[in-house]
Amino acid sequence: MSSKMQSSNNIAQARRTVQQLRIEANIERIKVSKASADLMHYCSEHAKYDPLLMGIPTSENPFKDKKPCTIL
Amino acid sequence: MAAQEVAAQPSDTLATLKTESETLKTKLEEERAKLHDVELHQVAEKIEALGQFVMKTRRTLKGHGNKVLCMDWCKDKRRIVSSSQDGKVIVWDAFTTNKEHAVTMPCTWVMACAYAPSGCAVACGGLDNKCSVYPLSLDKNENLAAKKKSVAMHTNYLSACCFTNSDMQILTSSGDGTCALWDVESGQMLQSFHGHAADVLCLDLAPSETGNTFVSGGCDKKACVWDMRTGQCVQSFETHESDINSVRYYPSGDAFASGSDDATCRLYDLRADREVAIYSKESIIFGASSVDFSLSGRLLFGGYNDYTINVWDVLKGTRVSILFGHENRVSTLRVSPDGTAFCSGSWDHTLRIWA
Repeated sequence: MSSKMQSSNNIAQARRTVQQLRIEANIERIKVSKASADLMHYCSEHAKYDPLLMGIPTSENPFKDKKPCTIL
Repeated sequence: MAAQEVAAQPSDTLATLKTESETLKTKLEEERAKLHDVELHQVAEKIEALGQFVMKTRRTLKGHGNKVLCMDWCKDKRRIVSSSQDGKVIVWDAFTTNKEHAVTMPCTWVMACAYAPSGCAVACGGLDNKCSVYPLSLDKNENLAAKKKSVAMHTNYLSACCFTNSDMQILTSSGDGTCALWDVESGQMLQSFHGHAADVLCLDLAPSETGNTFVSGGCDKKACVWDMRTGQCVQSFETHESDINSVRYYPSGDAFASGSDDATCRLYDLRADREVAIYSKESIIFGASSVDFSLSGRLLFGGYNDYTINVWDVLKGTRVSILFGHENRVSTLRVSPDGTAFCSGSWDHTLRIWA
């Protein structure tokens, strides 16, 4: 690659980086306190439906083996 | 996104562009820092700590002849597809541990596999640089390889794949540094995603309620969030100190977790646009290969190269459990669609179901 082509590629690359950074710098953001509160709220709302968190009875979990029944 | 296009100026030199680049990076950090008023784990101090967890291996799936590299659950919550270094892709019934289908790929190191939403097909690929779709036949004697459809073509290995909301489109990531969206029927590339500076190792689709975005992680230590319609990178995060092996959205879609060779997992909040938690311990020195959340997002499961699975309290940042069992690296880990169990795959040739 001639040095002229190489430098114009580098400039094109740098221009793309500047363009990308402009987009990222201008997005709207919220405070971490608000974001954290929302994450916590989601967890607490859904906790009761989370089988791995709450543990579910053996009889309801298809992966936990049920004790064999004996018919007398 | 023409609005932000940087018009070419004759006076543009590499130097002026680099200066502007540095100025923008500083501005980005300043904007992020302004909103950093508290830490997640501090806000979480007021909630109850989690109790003891008893999670055990409930099933062991044996049958692969070499390292298990990837797995995915079917929406029916019982079937699993897994792929291995030996080129085999196996579909299992996780309840009974029976193998339902097996395909031998023409290449070794099948690093990616995914179950179609309908449950009627699987996609896989690896060193062949392609992603192929195999319709699953009810006829056990039918040769699945005969119906194979090549969908994606990259110029380097396929690292991850996943179907979008239907069987019609597949998202792929590759060692060639790009991600791409493909139409399954025609094999046509619908969109490509450029921005990573090195191999892309992982991706995850946002939960359907949050719209058309996905996150990817790569060897450039960056995690990028992409708009699927425009191909634009909308946010990027560069706080890991090494390759990002796994990314997974938090169930609400407002955040995502990552696992890296730097031995940490991290949580990034998309609306705060920053890292909000690091899950690490001095005693954990091996890379995290794979991460996934429990249904409520309170637990983060991480599979590590030291053969263990660490379970983290996402909000408090502490480890709540460590699971032993695999006899080699854990390479892949996914929670089942209804959250009743999770599956881990390992270089020890097996998959384990934990509950």
